[in-house]
Amino acid sequence: MSSPSTNVQQPESFAFSAKNEKAAKEIISRYPEGRQASAIMPLFDLAQRQSGGWLPLVAIENITARLEVPVIRGLEVATFYTMYNMEPVGKYLVQICTTTPCWLRGSDDVVSACKKNLGIDLNETTADGEFTLREVECLGACVNAPVVQIGNEYFEDVDAESAAKILDALRAGKKPKPGSQTGRSTSAPAGPLTSLTEVE
Amino acid sequence: MLHDRDRIFTNLYGIHDWRLVGARKRGDWDGTKAILEKGRDGIIVEMKESGLRGRGGAGFPTGLKWSFMPKEVGDRPHYLVVNADEGEPGTCKDRDILRHDPHKLIEGCLIAGFAMGAHTAYIYVRGEFHNESNNLEAAVEEAREAGLLGKDACGSGWAFDVIVHRGAGAYICGEEMALIESLEGKKGQPRLKPPFPANMGVWGCPTTVNNVESIAVAPTILRRGAGWFSGLGRPKNTGTKVFCISGHVENPCNVEEEMGIPLRELIKKHAGGVRGGWDNLLAVIPGGSSVPCVRASTCDNLPMDFDSLAEVRSGLGTAAVIVMDKSTDIIAAIARLSKFYAHESCGQCTPCREGTGWMWRVMERLVKGEAHIEEIDTLLDVAGQVEGHTICALGDAAAWPIQGLIRNFRPEVEARILSYQKSASHAPAGTAKETKAEPAKETEAA
Repeated sequence: MSSPSTNVQQPESFAFSAKNEKAAKEIISRYPEGRQASAIMPLFDLAQRQSGGWLPLVAIENITARLEVPVIRGLEVATFYTMYNMEPVGKYLVQICTTTPCWLRGSDDVVSACKKNLGIDLNETTADGEFTLREVECLGACVNAPVVQIGNEYFEDVDAESAAKILDALRAGKKPKPGSQTGRSTSAPAGPLTSLTEVE
Repeated sequence: MLHDRDRIFTNLYGIHDWRLVGARKRGDWDGTKAILEKGRDGIIVEMKESGLRGRGGAGFPTGLKWSFMPKEVGDRPHYLVVNADEGEPGTCKDRDILRHDPHKLIEGCLIAGFAMGAHTAYIYVRGEFHNESNNLEAAVEEAREAGLLGKDACGSGWAFDVIVHRGAGAYICGEEMALIESLEGKKGQPRLKPPFPANMGVWGCPTTVNNVESIAVAPTILRRGAGWFSGLGRPKNTGTKVFCISGHVENPCNVEEEMGIPLRELIKKHAGGVRGGWDNLLAVIPGGSSVPCVRASTCDNLPMDFDSLAEVRSGLGTAAVIVMDKSTDIIAAIARLSKFYAHESCGQCTPCREGTGWMWRVMERLVKGEAHIEEIDTLLDVAGQVEGHTICALGDAAAWPIQGLIRNFRPEVEARILSYQKSASHAPAGTAKETKAEPAKETEAA
């Protein structure tokens, strides 16, 4: 729930790319006639992805005009939901879950390791603009705690060591493997399965 | 013990193909047309008989909920809205359904939608579940191409479509009225009820909001019969349930088990036991962050279902079992939840907006012990003023963990305060006699 910062250099114009324009039309068609305001969230998401991970004010103005809703309502939406970034973020948005289930499994260590590895504090971006570090509330993958979301991907069963490795890999331009970092299969218990052994 | 043959989510772990071909092999979309031929009333009666209670936390009977929709479709279309905004700390079951068994959910949407006279279902998935939504969207596309959805869904003559709507990071949108507001393109602030959604939901139209798991189990219940489902579990707490076991266990996991399975058995059998053994257990939050914790002494023989957990003044909630061993600073664990609720309060109702932040600040002081003993009762008093005095249940959800902590761990909270006060420099004003003592170091350890 960030607010537009006065320090941000806002672009002067916004328009969807040809590909995203097509996607935007399809998104609007998902909602009943006259209810196109419902498309505001997916369109903000589309605009944010096109704009390199943040939502410029001019995009909000463009989209609200198109959906025929007041700009203020667009600003309400953009500032209410945590996933809209009102100012530029690093190429990799590193979001560490620290809510109780992750905290019980050592998310404090993960936060420390990421801070140390990146040389920044929470809510800061590295000088090269590559990484932004954040603490987030429950990511909904609690049996794979601690969890770190980077971009679209969930890195699970993370500890200080594996978190640093993931960041190192990203810095080296590699694609670290998302999911469990301890090698277990999704949300199944580590070791032999305790259920679903009789089927298929 | 639940046999695999009685498990509904046979691809819970995503070991098998989640796409249509794999889903069909596991029995999805089998005889859907015949199920629809039971008719609206037939489906609803069977769902009521199955005893299924909503899997999103409140445990309201699903069949009964469906029956609240107007019998005839008037000028306003009916809508099914599926709540996949999973975010209750401890809970990650819907995630597995979305990514590994999406066809169960989609088939459930068709059946539930038909049973309530809806031609469209919107599935509201939390925005962070990017890949999960991708799987779901791909599965919807497959179902459309195969004629399972569309103008003549499954050859039933009923037109039906499913649309995936992605959220953008707001726990409150898991509350049904906030979800509806959000789906309408607004900030997610809950609406006052009544009017209830079955009368006036999304875009002012009759709407039913159901949890992912409630909808996804419906096809299997209707295929195998209400008697099969109600034969599992205990009376009024029937069927199977996906449990999420997190925290201090050897092997945290999701698992589908029979309702009413004893907590100890659940943890031992599927999660490898409590870290350091059962005797090392301190407390359990049995149903997601919103329900009060229970002490280890209560956990020895505790059936995991709605009514049994209500009896110990907690709740099944979403069946998210958060286990805490004796190394846990329980005050800090609950304080972290208070921070969560303060962060997620939508700001609409004053008791919640102001109360959640206030309670969190007091909880942070209690973690250090930096408080007066009387403040424990003040905190309880404020929690009681938030509880039940807000439009939605987030205020209650913020109050309950604190009430549970104090009910179960009051001596520990008092001891923390006394130990802090013992260090002279931290004594409350008026009682400090020595002023030269070093500040306590314990705050760092906490």
